Amino acid sequence: MKELRLPYDEDALLSLEAGDEVLLYGKLYVGRDQVHKRLAEAIAKGEKLPFSFTGQGIYYMGPSPAPEGCVIGAAGPTTSARMDPYSPLLIERGLRLMVGKGPRSAEVSEACRKWHAVYLYAYGGCGALYSQCILSSRVVAFPELGPEALLELTVDSFPAFCMIDASGRHFEKARDIPFDACFSL
Amino acid sequence: MNLALRIRSELEKAVRILPPDCESLIRKAYEKEVSPYGRTVLKNIILNIDKARASSVPLCQDCGMFWCLVRLPAGRCVDVSMIEKAVNEGALAAAESAFYRRSVVAEPVFSRQNTNTNLPVVIHWEMNTSDELEIDFLLKGFGSENCSQVRMLRPTDGEDGVIDAVVDMVSQAGGKPCPPMFLGVGIGGTMDKAALLSKKALLRQAGKSHPDERYAGLEKELFRRINALDIGPGGLGGVFSCLSVAIETFPTHIAGLPVALSVNCWADRKAHIAIRGDEL
Repeated sequence: MKELRLPYDEDALLSLEAGDEVLLYGKLYVGRDQVHKRLAEAIAKGEKLPFSFTGQGIYYMGPSPAPEGCVIGAAGPTTSARMDPYSPLLIERGLRLMVGKGPRSAEVSEACRKWHAVYLYAYGGCGALYSQCILSSRVVAFPELGPEALLELTVDSFPAFCMIDASGRHFEKARDIPFDACFSL
Repeated sequence: MNLALRIRSELEKAVRILPPDCESLIRKAYEKEVSPYGRTVLKNIILNIDKARASSVPLCQDCGMFWCLVRLPAGRCVDVSMIEKAVNEGALAAAESAFYRRSVVAEPVFSRQNTNTNLPVVIHWEMNTSDELEIDFLLKGFGSENCSQVRMLRPTDGEDGVIDAVVDMVSQAGGKPCPPMFLGVGIGGTMDKAALLSKKALLRQAGKSHPDERYAGLEKELFRRINALDIGPGGLGGVFSCLSVAIETFPTHIAGLPVALSVNCWADRKAHIAIRGDEL
């Protein structure tokens, strides 16, 4: 199990290897579909972005409301593939760390290789689990997007898995799985 | 009996606690999974199930869009508008009290303005074969719903055509819908009927076979072929890409063979309410 403190330092990010289990600690930004669309529009217009990509990662997530006494509600990852059209542009502009669930496009893998960016898989559907790894949450931009607003989180022992590392290498599935052993449950 | 209150209470529970049939398949899969990555994913899923049960936080932040099938009691006169009102009131109240994320937008293309209520509920109506009023809900998450599909096969494509189509649709879904998946397959009818059947198939107790042994065999074969795809839990590879395949069928036209697939993530959240005719 590796640990990554955020904001990350370059060497720590580069030391992650595809297939590693990773725990995240520190500041993590949150944005999903509409935030990506707006970041891409801001870049196209040459506008200032709401936060600097340097040392920071984006977690693809939109939380449920916080029950009383909780910092945040369920807070698991959303499907990364929907961010694929925007990610290469953000990577080109300095983004080096993405956290979400599911596979990425060939273009995102290639951008990771070229710019030494990392894609971490967070455990899909585990909203209650991630809720308890979040120490604070505040809206940084686009509050009108409601559950899709751009957030800044402080996370602690946030479990993830390195799917694509900074050399663009994709994790390899385990070999020799005896599929025929499981015809039924 | 206050129907809206009954619905509210079931939906408050459904967003945090999995039905026992689904949870038990997940736990069995954890015992049987051989891929170390797959086991790690299932371990975290089980941890998440336990945490949600012990807290007031939903299992998943995508609390879904309310999907509902109302089966009206045969041979009884009921006020359908009252039922529709109770469904919407119960859903609205649960979304408030059980901290559902507001995930519904009022209009799909232009403004995409959030309704802030999780309403409207997608409601389907049909006649029941018994004199019970039955109301089934799915909390339809969209990571998985985005992987659902309908295909119109040729009438001569037969069993192999159905298998190839479903396996291909699941293969396209890959790791996107939070596997291990629960799969509903609708075969026959028209395009829309097949889609509805695929949702109805998800209502069946997970792991229970179709009563017609030919279709039970088809479910088994699909289960085997899909789990040989090596999608695995979380898409990280392994034996369990899906945990159950349920088929529902309907007569169809001589010129066609519609096949629909509804994909549910491992968080197969459902609610069932049944009211006897004499209690209505």
